Amino acid sequence: MTEAIHTAALVKTFGPTRALDGLDLAVQTGEVHGFLGPNGAGKSTTLRILLGLLRADSGAVRLLGGDPWRDTAALHRRLAYVPGDVTLWPGLTGGEVIDLLGRLRGGLDTRRRAELLERFDLDPSKKGRSYSKGNRQKVALIAALASDVELLLLDEPTSGLDPLMEEVFRQVIREEQQRDGRTVLLSSHILAEVEALCDRVTIIREGRAVETGTLAGLRHLTRTSIQADLAGPATGLAALPGVHDLRTHNGTVRFDVDTAALDAVLRQLTTAGVRSLTSQPPTLEELFLRHYDRSPNGAGRRPEVAR
Amino acid sequence: MNALTGTRTLARLALRLDRVRLTAWILGLSVMPMGTAANYFQLYPTEQELRAVSGVLTNPSLVALSGPLFDLSIGGLTAWKIGVTEFILVALMSMLTVVRHTRTEEETGRLELLGATVIGRYAPLTAALLVTTLANVTIGVLAALGLTATGLPAAGSVAFGLATALVGTLFAAVAAAAAQVTGSARAATGITGAVLGGTYLLRAVGDTGPTWLTWLSPIGWGLHVRPYGGERWWVAALFLVTAAAFTTAGYALAGRRDVGAGLLAERPGPVAAAPGLRSSFALAWRLHRGLLLGWTLGLAATGAVMGGAAAGIADLTSPNQQLSDVLARMGGRAGFTDAFLGAIFGITGMVAAAYTVQATLRLRHEESSGRVEALLATRVGRVRWAAGHLVFALLGTALLLTVAGVAGGIAYGAQIGDVGGQVGRLLGAALVQLPATWVLAGLGTALLGLAPRLSSLAWAALIACVLITELGALFGLSQWLLDVTPFAHVPKLPGAAFTVTPVLWLTAVAVALGAAGLAGLRRRDMPVT
Ligand SMILES: Nc1ncnc2c1ncn2[C@@H]1O[C@H](COP(=O)(O)OP(=O)(O)OP(=O)(O)O)[C@@H](O)[C@H]1O
Ligand SMILES: [Mg+2]
Repeated sequence: MTEAIHTAALVKTFGPTRALDGLDLAVQTGEVHGFLGPNGAGKSTTLRILLGLLRADSGAVRLLGGDPWRDTAALHRRLAYVPGDVTLWPGLTGGEVIDLLGRLRGGLDTRRRAELLERFDLDPSKKGRSYSKGNRQKVALIAALASDVELLLLDEPTSGLDPLMEEVFRQVIREEQQRDGRTVLLSSHILAEVEALCDRVTIIREGRAVETGTLAGLRHLTRTSIQADLAGPATGLAALPGVHDLRTHNGTVRFDVDTAALDAVLRQLTTAGVRSLTSQPPTLEELFLRHYDRSPNGAGRRPEVAR
Repeated sequence: MNALTGTRTLARLALRLDRVRLTAWILGLSVMPMGTAANYFQLYPTEQELRAVSGVLTNPSLVALSGPLFDLSIGGLTAWKIGVTEFILVALMSMLTVVRHTRTEEETGRLELLGATVIGRYAPLTAALLVTTLANVTIGVLAALGLTATGLPAAGSVAFGLATALVGTLFAAVAAAAAQVTGSARAATGITGAVLGGTYLLRAVGDTGPTWLTWLSPIGWGLHVRPYGGERWWVAALFLVTAAAFTTAGYALAGRRDVGAGLLAERPGPVAAAPGLRSSFALAWRLHRGLLLGWTLGLAATGAVMGGAAAGIADLTSPNQQLSDVLARMGGRAGFTDAFLGAIFGITGMVAAAYTVQATLRLRHEESSGRVEALLATRVGRVRWAAGHLVFALLGTALLLTVAGVAGGIAYGAQIGDVGGQVGRLLGAALVQLPATWVLAGLGTALLGLAPRLSSLAWAALIACVLITELGALFGLSQWLLDVTPFAHVPKLPGAAFTVTPVLWLTAVAVALGAAGLAGLRRRDMPVT
């Protein structure tokens, strides 16, 4: 399998701000790749570098086998982009913008255009200045999806869409997935969307990739939270690898445990004598929130404990 | 919560956002009259000396440009020399400030952000008007104090300050109404700018012929307050009544429309793009055509009015010995009219350059609004994108000057019975300004490519050109500074002979600046917001 996107040790600074700080990102051809991270993590910056709009300070970038900064025009023929903030020309109608962007990209499929207009329920006769945020988003989405390209770069494409439209978007992306060789890089804050659509995800934080892999693989990185009433003192529990945020209160222990260490921890508990046990299964959401938490030692804490 | 809640917060915010801009305007506009008076005091320490040159200073061609001289004194001369410039600039300041804090804020959605909190329906408009009026009053007071400090009579100085503040306040009111009628900041600025241009032309025609036309023009009113020339305080009432009318209209309209909308309802447009809309040039044409059309009409009117006025210039001669001598030296009547036409087209060049700058900075507007991002993600390259807009800056200006020259030629030629000859001569006088306007387009491009956040300095450069041209000699600026403005190098057609060297030089400078800007644009990050 070839890589549609590959970056290595990518650095981009804006004055004192280090927006990207050694980012490694690999997107396989044909996959839908989720790109997650808190506000200001550097997602939009990465996408703009991939488009050749920004120039990286250092590091390597390959996009569809080319250099996005040098081979801009040739690469842009093969990709479509939905910016994070969609602004339209106030005097042009949505239909005109869709056609214009499609033609400038090298042509668009009119049947598909009509179909998408229908599915996204967009009135193409309105002027840019009178569209709502969600409808502006739809204009950009339709313009991108109606052209036949190899790579879609989508920067929070569903922000502003209502739940119904969000569902339409998911269907359309799933259809894209069926078609051979279509690659999608999807930046998003909506975990459900990423879980529903993506083959693999990369989580970035402060300009660096902190997790990357398949969703199944990431689930292994999640933690189970355990609360147990113990007969005796919980000696040795704190020393076990994979135990986090251990708190003891009147013989009740609460802690989080890495999924991989679960077995050893349960053994240790039973030696102390378990009277009752509740466990909360791991969710991706927690993993995700853990990476979003920005408190100084946030990356190691569970959000509900950090409260 | 009432309709004015939050006015104070918004006004403070506006003052904070505009602190540099407004300070620059206020300082500039209050120092300029004082400086003019001080320089006249130095040049003509005695009444005798003043009388000796008065004929030259107040020759009729200048009356068309600056209005009549009401009193032959340093004060009268100062008010006459600086009046029109001061009034136009203060009107521009007011227009830009009001539109920025009403329409622009609304367009960018910032107002909506505030509107959801504690902002009353009329608060933005009220805050914008308050801030602008405050600026106008400050300018008026400082100008009056400055003029008095140079030793001029207090009454005249107060009258001049008052007239300045009133012109500014009136145009703030006009802009307030325009901002409510239209759907965009650009349109609001366009309408108010057109009103301003129209009032200048009305006054120019009125002062060289049918006087009643002057009385339709607020700039005419400003002059007819007659600072230092038997002040007519009652003229202030004209301003107040008109300003009140426009303000009332603004508030009435603001009460009727939705945030973000214009008064005129949006009509649905085409559901698909016309076949021609398939290149960045085609897009640029869509974005520029309205502006270009407006400017074309404006410059056609300017050319026609000024050409028409030229025919009457030579008849206006006062029975003044010095002036007759000057006339004789200038080659009699014809030479004199040619000098007038030369001055007119010099000014027309700078007016057209305002379009040049506007069209060039459209690039910056496309970038900072974020629209360029989607565009540059297609096959359109940066240089091609920029070229689409620069074509309008360069060739659009050529069109404007052509129209002004032809209209002037027809109007002047018709009166002296030589349309064929005059159209060619005045077309030349207009088009010879073109390379100088291109230098400003080059400067705008250079700023865009190399220091995008400073792009609006291209406007500052144009204002500097106007002021140096208008006041440079009087202020005794050194030659190199006078030579900085590209317009100083333009051959003074139709009177003077055409020389090709300065034209080539100006073009070369424009090309060099433009090339540097495009090179910077290819290299830098996009978009810089
Ligand atoms: N043009 C710029 N000039 C200065 N700083 C910038 C610029 N663009 C981005 N930054 C900074 O770089 C960092 C990364 O921003 P970026 O827009 O890539 O974040 P993001 O992950 O897309 O965030 P969000 O989820 O809010 O969209 C932020 O700290 C931002 O302030
Ligand atoms: Mg972003």
